[in-house]
Amino acid sequence: MEKMIKLIIDNKLVEVPEGTTILDAAKEIGVEIPTLCYMHLGDMGIEHKPGGCRICVVEVEGRRNLAPSCNSKCTEGMVVNTHNMRVLNARKTVLELMLSDHPFDCLVCAKSGNCDLQSIAIKLGVRELHYKGEQSTYKVDYSPSIIRDMDKCIMCRRCETMCNDVQTVGALSAVNRGFESVVAPAFEMDLEKSTCTYCGQCVAVCPTGALTEKDHTNQLIRDLADPKKIVVVQTAPAVRAALGEEFGLEPGTLVTGKMVAALRQLGFNSVFDTDFAADLTIMEEGTELLDRLKRHLDGDKDVKLPILTSCCPAWVNFFEHHFPCMKDIPSTARSPQQMFGPIAKNYLAKQMGIKREDMIVVSIMPCLAKKYECQRDEFKVDGDPDVNYSISTRELANLIKQANMDFLGLPEGEFDNPLGESTGAGVIFGTTGGVIEAAARTAYEVYTGKTLETVDFKALRGMEGIRSAKVDFDGLELNIGIAHGLGNARKLLEDIRDGKSQYHAIEIMACPGGCIGGGGQPLHHGDSSILKKRAAALYREDEGKAIRKSHENPYIIKLYEEFLGKPCSELSHKLLHTHYFDKSTDIEIE
Amino acid sequence: MHILICGGTGCRASASETIQNNLQETLKIKGLEDEVQVVMTGCFGFCEKGPIVKILPDNTFYTEVKPEDAEEIIEEHIIKGRKVMRLLYTDPEKKEVVSDSKHMNFYKKQIRIALRNCGFINPENIDEYISRDGYAALGKCLTDMTPRLVIDEIKASGLRGRGGGGFPTGLKWEFASKNKADQKYVVCNADEGDPGAFMDRSILEGDPHSVLEAMAICAYTMGATKGVIYIRAEYPLAIQRLKVAIKQAREYGLLGNDILGSGFSFDVEMRYGAGAFVCGEETALIHSMEGLRGEPTVKPPFPAESGYNGKPTNVNNVETFANIPVIINKGAAWFNKIGTEKSAGTKVFALAGKINNVGLIEVPMGTTLREVIYEIGGGIKDGKKFKAVQTGGPSGGCLTEKHLDTPIDFDNLIAVGSMMGSGGMIVMDEDDCMVSMAKFYLDFTVEESCGKCTPCRVGNKRLYELLNKITEGKGTKEDLDLLRNLSTVIKDTSLCGLGQTSPNPVLSTIENFYDEYIAHVEDHKCPAGQCKALMQYVIDPELCVGCTLCARNCPVDCIAGERKEAHVIDAASCIKCGTCMDKCKFNAISIK
Repeated sequence: MEKMIKLIIDNKLVEVPEGTTILDAAKEIGVEIPTLCYMHLGDMGIEHKPGGCRICVVEVEGRRNLAPSCNSKCTEGMVVNTHNMRVLNARKTVLELMLSDHPFDCLVCAKSGNCDLQSIAIKLGVRELHYKGEQSTYKVDYSPSIIRDMDKCIMCRRCETMCNDVQTVGALSAVNRGFESVVAPAFEMDLEKSTCTYCGQCVAVCPTGALTEKDHTNQLIRDLADPKKIVVVQTAPAVRAALGEEFGLEPGTLVTGKMVAALRQLGFNSVFDTDFAADLTIMEEGTELLDRLKRHLDGDKDVKLPILTSCCPAWVNFFEHHFPCMKDIPSTARSPQQMFGPIAKNYLAKQMGIKREDMIVVSIMPCLAKKYECQRDEFKVDGDPDVNYSISTRELANLIKQANMDFLGLPEGEFDNPLGESTGAGVIFGTTGGVIEAAARTAYEVYTGKTLETVDFKALRGMEGIRSAKVDFDGLELNIGIAHGLGNARKLLEDIRDGKSQYHAIEIMACPGGCIGGGGQPLHHGDSSILKKRAAALYREDEGKAIRKSHENPYIIKLYEEFLGKPCSELSHKLLHTHYFDKSTDIEIE
Repeated sequence: MHILICGGTGCRASASETIQNNLQETLKIKGLEDEVQVVMTGCFGFCEKGPIVKILPDNTFYTEVKPEDAEEIIEEHIIKGRKVMRLLYTDPEKKEVVSDSKHMNFYKKQIRIALRNCGFINPENIDEYISRDGYAALGKCLTDMTPRLVIDEIKASGLRGRGGGGFPTGLKWEFASKNKADQKYVVCNADEGDPGAFMDRSILEGDPHSVLEAMAICAYTMGATKGVIYIRAEYPLAIQRLKVAIKQAREYGLLGNDILGSGFSFDVEMRYGAGAFVCGEETALIHSMEGLRGEPTVKPPFPAESGYNGKPTNVNNVETFANIPVIINKGAAWFNKIGTEKSAGTKVFALAGKINNVGLIEVPMGTTLREVIYEIGGGIKDGKKFKAVQTGGPSGGCLTEKHLDTPIDFDNLIAVGSMMGSGGMIVMDEDDCMVSMAKFYLDFTVEESCGKCTPCRVGNKRLYELLNKITEGKGTKEDLDLLRNLSTVIKDTSLCGLGQTSPNPVLSTIENFYDEYIAHVEDHKCPAGQCKALMQYVIDPELCVGCTLCARNCPVDCIAGERKEAHVIDAASCIKCGTCMDKCKFNAISIK
């Protein structure tokens, strides 16, 4: 039985379990105390409360100084004032101090309108900065996916927590001391030179414009405006489950049709679906999985198991930096985005009668690492990238608004073919557990020769960071592991490295929740229930599809008949597979 | 016979080691090296008059000794039994020679408890420590007292933390003893960070065993088996002395397994700071020990509940520990009688500034500031006028003439707008600008702020910028209101003690020296004559003969005038280097 205690907040009595913070107790009675650095992603088990910004301070009678409500525990009989003049004076002054070391870039800042610092400044009514002085200023760091503009950093340290504690990548940490302190990679090297995986979780939690994505919108506008260019687009599954939020729709509303209509109206020559390429990925990766499995069951000691999924570029970066000794364990299959590219620029281009250099392939992704993935050298042919560049969900929403489109009033559009048809298996790629479930649906039928009775593999679904399930392949028990968040991925990798892993196949996604929680998605501002709702939307779209197994996609079947031959054929290997690099010694210190 | 030589930093810098060598050489030549022992001890405290050499058993106290005096001391005093008069201390008021420190004004009102062995023993010799009741307290605790009894004794003594917080030590130990865990730690905070402070350093250099013994006693009360001394890397001699002491204590079985056959085990390791004042804050210190950034974390939880590696940890200051063995040996009642009602015992102060007797002193709580400054300190240097005394370092405030009769203790100092801090005491005279002084301390805290919380990271910087603006003559009266409000908010909202006290120098000087601030912002003058930007070099036209020497030497060519006619300095271009004043042979140039 939890011990309950009573206290008074703003003259109201509230009863809470012992150990509750003042911030949470206040919420119980509808008193909202403003916060800034505090971040609680409850479902992910992430609570970040360093008590550094000092915005959430409140008066506790009998206490000499003001208390940070985010990590001060309530006590019996405590009397708290959250908004009296002493607190307001302090809170406003603290905010003024923060703003006095912040650039006045709101007019052109990527976060304007979506910035926690701006929101608080508006809320507290700051009109004048009384304390002016030196501003700490740094060189802007441009990486393929993320832009670090540390002039705007307020030292909330959320990015540090995500990068070190959640993702266990360790690319960001506080360096230097006092006024000169800043969050940066070691030796303040550029992000591109560090172990950064571009997962973008830092961008997803940054309350200001200090961490933003590299914006390709202007490039897209120019390409779409150029009548000489053929621009085709592919859309990731996770986008359709979240795009609506940018237009006021409830999290978890599917907007597939409107998304397609909007893209068509923007002027793309063809609107295709990455989910199609996801089905293709299942064909290639599923074949690879079964091949390794058969050899293992036949007694081959050299075959590498478990097989790891490889569709997540941040995850690929992660093991290239931290576990390069295991770079022959992941599947050699490319990600759906990078499978789409070569198919579009070879198969489709030939059909359209154009040269590959004349086609621009753009992807709409929930992910920031995809921007980086596009420009990896092995994904280019004579300098021409298979996928030219990637646009995040947020960027697309902004462009739709800039084009003055009435998104909510758009009719339901349909994807073009031959690269627009997808199965339910392709759709669920966007959430944790989805890739491996899609693979299981195909692998089961190919391996056993039987038809699946229930298409849903509910055991593979859920939000816990590390999950495992045994799937019955008609007598053969397949041991499957799933991890999302790189910290969880690290645990599974260490088990593999130490020879302790019992899994046959592991699905790994770098972002908490999977792609639906990607660094390019609409900001959740700390509300992790949004991620659950987005995942549910994808499973709903899956259920609504007539065809739910990748190998039954008629356009996939046609692609192999007309072009590729069969999965893992020589041509398939050339276009749809890749290899990995040892990046462990790549760090450059200037 | 013994010859004791002061090994404190001031005396070492004045070649006390050479004095030691010379004495030993001379004794050897005279064939007396077996009869006369030369010992380098810890700090005697009378730094102003160092190097100090003391002869035992007659207690002759020689001052300002030079290496070349060694021969004479041996010849005259040791061999012939005649004191070397010219090396004896002369009381500046009575103009009399005083040969025994017991009769000196500097020492008369001191009671040396924490510094009891400094100046008396060779700190690198455990036998000398033991011969002065060393480790007797530990023995008493382990054989005659339960942990509970020891805690009660420390509580009854009234000892409060000497690092600045002033928290009742017995209570702190009690909290740590109550929390159960598989491993507990005792930590000695030897990261003495206040600029110019050397109280803890003197104890560690002069009497390291006192700290080791106290840590063992503390560990006994709370059930800890491991101790850590976190010491700033800038104290190499103290580190060396501690290493020797730890080794010797281990050899004697006073540290390690089953101490004195009691079944109680305790050992100590050292960790080094890396140049951060903020790591003197206990949670930042602990995180530094854990290999993390030395940043404080919010309390509660307190270290007694969750400290080093999440285990119950007790952190105490060096001087606090130094008092423990004496309290056990002489009893809580004895200790409690010394000092004031709420602040028992003594306090070590580093007395510095514009005072005649600069040095290290230890006085009972309750001694007034006037007694310290005028009797012990010998009054203001060069006969100048007392202006203020700063206590508590960067966390403290300035007290004025009207506060001089304040009995020094934790609560009294807070009541008058300052604080004890770790024991820094800086005396100022009419030539010290109080605004500059506040700026000096803010310069320090801005540099040392860890950067975690907004009010300290940005706020202190803004405080400094405002003060700088004022000392450059660009301040306004509104700036004074800004200073006050910002100071109050920084104190009210900072995460740790550094930010919670860094505005104190500003608040106390604005309170006590408001007129001086007004002079800076309204008249653009610095009454003390310290703020260069507010000084004006002026040529008196009556005295100037037009020799052009000043104009020819001015590095910025800001002096105009024809030969044989009065010259004029252009105040706007003048960089106040003072060259003209130096060159003028007619005393025609002065500072306004």
